[in-house]
Amino acid sequence: MREFAYHRPGDLQAAVALLADGESRPVSGGMTLLPTMKQRLAAPPALVDLSTIPGMAGVTVEGRTVTVGALSTHESVASSPEIVACIPALASLAGVIGDPAVRHRGTIGGSVANADPGADYPAAVLGLDATVVTDRREIGADDFFIGLFTTALAPDEIITAIRFPVPDAAGYAKFRSQASRFALVGVFVARFGPFVRVAVTGAAPCVFRQKDIEEVLARDFTPSALTRISIAPSGLNSDIHADSEYRAHLVMVMARRAVEQALGAPARP
Amino acid sequence: MNAHTGIGASILRKEDRRFITGKGNYVADIRRPGMLRGVFLRSPHAHARIKGIDTKAAAAMDGVAAIFTGADLAADGVGGLPCAWGVSNADGTPMKEPARSAMAVDKVRCVGDAVAFIVAETLEQALVAAEAVVVDYEPLPAVVSMLDAIRPGAPAVFDDIPNNTCFDWECGDAQATAAAFAKAAHVARISLVNNRLVGNPMEPRAAVAEYDSGRDHYTMWTTSQFPHVVKVLMGNFVLNIPQHKLRIVAPDVGGGFGVKQFLYAEEVITTWASRKTGRPIKWINERSDGFLSDAHGRDHVSEAELALDESGRFLGLKVRTIANMGGYLSTFGPNIPTNLYGLLLAGVYTTPAIHCEVKGVFTNTVPVDAYRGAGRPEATFLLERLVDVAASEMNIDKVEIRRLNMIDASQYPYQTPVIVKYDSGDPKACLDTALKEADWAGFAERKAASKARGLLRGIGVCTYIEACGLAPSRIVQSLGARAGIFESATVRMHVTGDVTVLIGTHNHGQGHETTFAQIVSEMLSVPTDKIEIVFGDTDKVQFGLGTYGSRSLAVGGTALAKATNKIIAKGAKIAAHMLEAADTDIVFEKGSFKIAGTDRSKSLGEVVGAAYGLVNFPIDVLEPGMEEKAFYDPVNFTYPGGAHIAEVEIDPESGVVELVSYVAVDDIGTVINPMIVGGQLHGGIAQGVGQALYENCVYDEASGQMLTGSFMDYCMPRADNLPNMQITTQSTQCTHTSFGVKGCGEVGTIGSPATVINAVVDALSHLGVNHVDMPATPGRVWRLIHNSATQLRAAE
Repeated sequence: MREFAYHRPGDLQAAVALLADGESRPVSGGMTLLPTMKQRLAAPPALVDLSTIPGMAGVTVEGRTVTVGALSTHESVASSPEIVACIPALASLAGVIGDPAVRHRGTIGGSVANADPGADYPAAVLGLDATVVTDRREIGADDFFIGLFTTALAPDEIITAIRFPVPDAAGYAKFRSQASRFALVGVFVARFGPFVRVAVTGAAPCVFRQKDIEEVLARDFTPSALTRISIAPSGLNSDIHADSEYRAHLVMVMARRAVEQALGAPARP
Repeated sequence: MNAHTGIGASILRKEDRRFITGKGNYVADIRRPGMLRGVFLRSPHAHARIKGIDTKAAAAMDGVAAIFTGADLAADGVGGLPCAWGVSNADGTPMKEPARSAMAVDKVRCVGDAVAFIVAETLEQALVAAEAVVVDYEPLPAVVSMLDAIRPGAPAVFDDIPNNTCFDWECGDAQATAAAFAKAAHVARISLVNNRLVGNPMEPRAAVAEYDSGRDHYTMWTTSQFPHVVKVLMGNFVLNIPQHKLRIVAPDVGGGFGVKQFLYAEEVITTWASRKTGRPIKWINERSDGFLSDAHGRDHVSEAELALDESGRFLGLKVRTIANMGGYLSTFGPNIPTNLYGLLLAGVYTTPAIHCEVKGVFTNTVPVDAYRGAGRPEATFLLERLVDVAASEMNIDKVEIRRLNMIDASQYPYQTPVIVKYDSGDPKACLDTALKEADWAGFAERKAASKARGLLRGIGVCTYIEACGLAPSRIVQSLGARAGIFESATVRMHVTGDVTVLIGTHNHGQGHETTFAQIVSEMLSVPTDKIEIVFGDTDKVQFGLGTYGSRSLAVGGTALAKATNKIIAKGAKIAAHMLEAADTDIVFEKGSFKIAGTDRSKSLGEVVGAAYGLVNFPIDVLEPGMEEKAFYDPVNFTYPGGAHIAEVEIDPESGVVELVSYVAVDDIGTVINPMIVGGQLHGGIAQGVGQALYENCVYDEASGQMLTGSFMDYCMPRADNLPNMQITTQSTQCTHTSFGVKGCGEVGTIGSPATVINAVVDALSHLGVNHVDMPATPGRVWRLIHNSATQLRAAE
């Protein structure tokens, strides 16, 4: 790890000011950034630690909206009684991220800002049509994720919270990479009245909505409705762990399992 | 009265006190005054000519003490790394043995080849300077696949070695085997790959070296399984350091699995550089460097045929294997896919004729050498897969075909057609116990229950044998070993009757400090807390060949027993003098020397006291003191074996294989500590399951880059990948070791890959699948299911 300066600003404005050089990096749990720095693949001149900025952690429920502070750890989301009651699929998704150590350090804001193609949270944000709240604006999920590790955030922009609308039903099914245990394919399914959103992570360079599956499920929100369709492998990742054809197949398998969960079945590995 | 701490007692491990209280002393814990840190710059190319290395800018950077290249080593007369085992071609000519300089000079031959050693005041300074070293590479076409490497026109890893071929070795009888095939009623065939593995001990390799100019003396602390062998190879063959001027210490070592039983370039260069700089130097490999510089394991491509008569009796076995040597010959590289592989192909069967040909091939990959099991898992996998294929093709029950061909207990000692002679065993008994333990008969019911949950269930059995207890020197020297592989132990009785044992094996997780103490406890009736086992320091321990090949108990333990017997024999003479009796009338029982048939005795403590106090001691006929030493060279290998049974459930939608049960019944000879043996078997089986389902080292064929260079892509088995295992030992006694021990370090790794894959194939057999290559990953298994479904649809 190269030498770097370390700042712990007391409020958001100070943090934004410290990021103005465009090279310094914000850090909360550091679950991705620190290993990258240890491998000397990243060498920011300064880290701006957000973890002690007040008011950026915790869960609040107002009407049909659940707001999760950006500094909330995965563990706190997984075990939040409010989230378990309102959006159980979000709680169970948080409970299958990484391992216990990662879940107790990593934060939702960090994960969403990082936009790792194999991360779980992007599927929930996009599948639930969440709103990403930053220090300066609100960004809809459909506009937030742009590409591989790329989001709509400016270099000095800081996520403060994620606002999730409460769905009528939702489920998340994850197929882990055996080695890394990131999502090789993860599918988040959410139904809001007659509308269905389906977000797929792990399968492509960036989380995406699968509109063919959305259309089928909008007509018939059952696992069996999905046995009649398949999706094309084009555009999906191919690597030593899974070729695109297998990934396309897994998208359908995980979509069915996500619907099963949304309909009340217990999650299966 | 003391609790029994001798043979058969599951006492807790003595060494765990320091490990679980954080008091272990690993190489990384070693700090010397004025110590520098060293890092190696490694090649990013699989194959390239080095046109020049510019270290000027880097050498001028803050804190940099020195930067060394291969040219500096050559200029100083540093020799190449020796290969300790040569094999011969089938025509009797020697293998091709290219020189291997400690650091690349003209060419790099794999990604990870070291090209410069950067030494600085701090690790960070060394890392920053390493980034400033400019190496002018001329990239060359690389070849990483063995089959590509032997094609005409393939890139030459060594300019003067045709067809990248190191050796064409054979064993067995080609003519007799051809004759057996001529009269076969059926021939079963299989083509398979034995996947390349990275050993990944928990502690990465490391070294600290210190040169004392006042004494002209070197000390190196290293993560080695065999410090005395490092001393001989490095001092004598590479650095020209006289043996009395070199001390090697392998302190606590966090796992070896074979990875740490070779002489590595980093050990040599760190030691040499400590003299050049005049300062102690510490080097610690990063995990990612370990992937690129620890010797790898396995990596075979094979074709095999089994000839059977109409009743299913094995008539002959033909095997053709290509084995990857990597970019250089590692210390024991050529021995692994030849002697430790071909000689095991009889398995537990009476196959009368065997012929095995092995071609060793150079490629632009990390060198391949021994990894837990080393050759024997590959032999077992090939044979036990082939037996299942034969059973399925001939419609014979897979248990019955094994029983039909098994060596009967009454046939031991059993001479195989491939040199080795098994001294003891009862494979049918192990198989019968395993079938009971696994409720083989109840499988159909469990399969139906799995099916009701949408899962495909399979059951697999494997019976195996291994040759371990390395090694009878006369035999292995006839097979190419360039030195004997004996062991030694010293038993030092202190004035007080406490005991220190100095032994040449090395404990890096096996529990030797407990097991060896139990042997002495058994023999002398001294409790284990009064016995200390010392190992790993060439200035303390007389000599030793180290720990590998499941040899420590079988060879080291026997040396220890022999030395302890010398203590008893000397004690008897002292006691006879003290009791005024004849030597021949003295018996040693429960810690006392007695005049046989009387109640007159002297305790061991009294006798030892006399030996040091010289009161009432036969000084005219005996030397004072009580310390004895034994060197022991075994007369044969030991042959543990057993039967393993696994069940898997496969999710046909995703291809995920879950190992749901595992039964192991092993014949490992006498068990000294059942708890420790249980741990060895659990660990060994976990590693074999890793090979079967998870682990695979993959190189990109176009670029020669390693695609699995971290745990993000190289999948180690984890606790939640494994079921609770049912481990049973059912032993016959080895006829030539003390107490009849055989060894248990590798058996789990040897039996398990075939067991698991046989279960996976069984689960898929209704789809016409007769083989799955390892690792049976979800993608690979799904592809088999998907293809068979597609073919089915096409047929309809």
